[in-house]
Amino acid sequence: MSPRSPALPAMPPRAVSLRSLLRHETLLALILLAALALLALANDRFLTTANLLNQGRLMTEVGLIAIAMTFVVITGGIDLSVGSILGLCAVLVGVFWKNLELPLPVAMTLSLGVGTLAGLVNGLIITRFRVPPLIATLATLALYRGLAEGISQAKSVRGYPAWFFELGQGSIVGIPTQLWLLLAAALVGIVVLRSTTFGRATYAIGNNEQGAAFSGLPVARTKLLIYAASGFMAGLAALVFVSRVTTTRSDMGTGIELDVITAVVLGGTSIFGGRGFVTGTLLGLCLIQVLKNGLALSGVRGDGTVVIIGAVLIVAVLISNVLKRWNGE
Amino acid sequence: MTTSALAPRRLLPRRLPGASQELVLLAAILLIVAVVGWINPRFVSPNNLTTIFSGNAYVAVAAIGMALVIICGHIDVSVGALIGVLATISGILVTKGFPVWMAWLVPVLVGGAWNAGLGAVIAYLKVPSIIATLAVLSILRGGLITATGGAWISGLPPDYQLAQFRLLGLPSPVWFMVIMTAVAAFLLRNTGFGRAIYAVGGNREAAEAEGISCNRTIVGVFAIHGMIAGVAAVLFATQLQVIQSTVPNGLELLVITAAVVGGVSILGGIGTVTGAALAAILFSAIGSSLIFLNVSAYWLRAVQGVLILATVLADMARRGRAG
Repeated sequence: MSPRSPALPAMPPRAVSLRSLLRHETLLALILLAALALLALANDRFLTTANLLNQGRLMTEVGLIAIAMTFVVITGGIDLSVGSILGLCAVLVGVFWKNLELPLPVAMTLSLGVGTLAGLVNGLIITRFRVPPLIATLATLALYRGLAEGISQAKSVRGYPAWFFELGQGSIVGIPTQLWLLLAAALVGIVVLRSTTFGRATYAIGNNEQGAAFSGLPVARTKLLIYAASGFMAGLAALVFVSRVTTTRSDMGTGIELDVITAVVLGGTSIFGGRGFVTGTLLGLCLIQVLKNGLALSGVRGDGTVVIIGAVLIVAVLISNVLKRWNGE
Repeated sequence: MTTSALAPRRLLPRRLPGASQELVLLAAILLIVAVVGWINPRFVSPNNLTTIFSGNAYVAVAAIGMALVIICGHIDVSVGALIGVLATISGILVTKGFPVWMAWLVPVLVGGAWNAGLGAVIAYLKVPSIIATLAVLSILRGGLITATGGAWISGLPPDYQLAQFRLLGLPSPVWFMVIMTAVAAFLLRNTGFGRAIYAVGGNREAAEAEGISCNRTIVGVFAIHGMIAGVAAVLFATQLQVIQSTVPNGLELLVITAAVVGGVSILGGIGTVTGAALAAILFSAIGSSLIFLNVSAYWLRAVQGVLILATVLADMARRGRAG
């Protein structure tokens, strides 16, 4: 690691100039608008309120995790285990409720607790044992998915009470229930990252971890909280997921980490840490979902869209590299 | 990373860090074989031991290439998907009537060329390797399923089954594993290119100052890694009578952890290929012993995960970074 001088948090530039207009988020918003316009012209089933709200429903699980992942990546870390935590929490809701015969709200709470704990374990491995986040979460990706498989013994749980489906299939004031959840999580994420000392510590750790530690910031505690939050959000996404598809299976959320990381990186968060915004992540998230939907409407199958998301990820990083050079960073 | 002469304490006798890691792995393999063999004698039958070593040799082979990539300071999470694609290419070639040698050679060349391109994107266009390979993982995985519909390839001619050949009583994958490990170890230790790999992974600026072309080294390493993945793919494709044209689940995890547990520092600049290959053998011994100890198949991955985590933690503690 080369020593980078200031441990000061990078604050977003305020002045409106040509260069700030070409900031990643602005560019992303323009691309998103262009994609929306193109798809609306190409297919009249696309730009309908019903379709857009349904797309919002579909992107909530990835979105919830992506908000926490933004924090993780800003600290210079990564969490590849979120998909496995999602699977584990989903299985546990079923097991707590059906096999242990706990009331469903208790089962949901316990499952969220396990998700948080799983994230905390990631954080402990990373902060206590100094295992690089990539390796630590690759290992727990196997471990948590293995636990999900072992606990469920490949049996799915169905037959939840009707009120539970409100979370993933219902609406409040005409807007899907889980979108409200995503909105609330996004607001909390934006405020915490922008306007609290915790948010500034997050940037500072990503910019220069040693410098942050020497400035007296609680580096280990901040990272622990962030990884725990990542686990919690994966658990929350599991509840929404189970409620949306009405069943629990141990392979739920497999590969979701790719969608999440794509949204975060597409949103302009630097994979090296120190730079990034929750709003960018949300824009990235919307762009991916619009692409997915547009491709599906034009007849591309699910596996084909995965290819295109991969390509979009690389192109996004390339463009961001070019912009960075142009902006003289 | 510099071994200071003033270091106050050492848990192990002074030795090359890589060498001691290899001894630990060898001891662990022998211990598992001994303990499981004592509980269930069928485990140590020559037949079963050969199966363990040859059935998973392709993981060890792939781990050699991964070790090179990680030593050079990068990572490749797409290797499992690449092996799946190359195995399918090999199977399609042979069932379409191309000569067998082409079905063996083309995956190696395609793997090398594909990963050289990937390496160029990473080196010259400065896309972080985790992002580039994560994207490639999804491109390859989605592309493979779209192209094949997940169908299995069968009707493979017997003379195509490279992995089922034997030489001096040992299955060919074992020979591939041993010879390729030896060649890669020699290359790393005794050639300018090998030293360049360590230099680029250890300290890019210093390597550049010494006149090493970092970008070219990275592209070279990725190309070699791709060719090795091609060999692994052929071994994988030819060991059974059918080829599943899907990506083996979690293969990249196994390959990366083998490299890391084998003593390759994830931070780059440190490690040997021998350790990586030994760690891959250790994992297959662990996986196989779980079956012989009657652990339910559904718990297999959880136990594997715990063991991988334990090995990583032990490794970190052993290197004294935990303090």
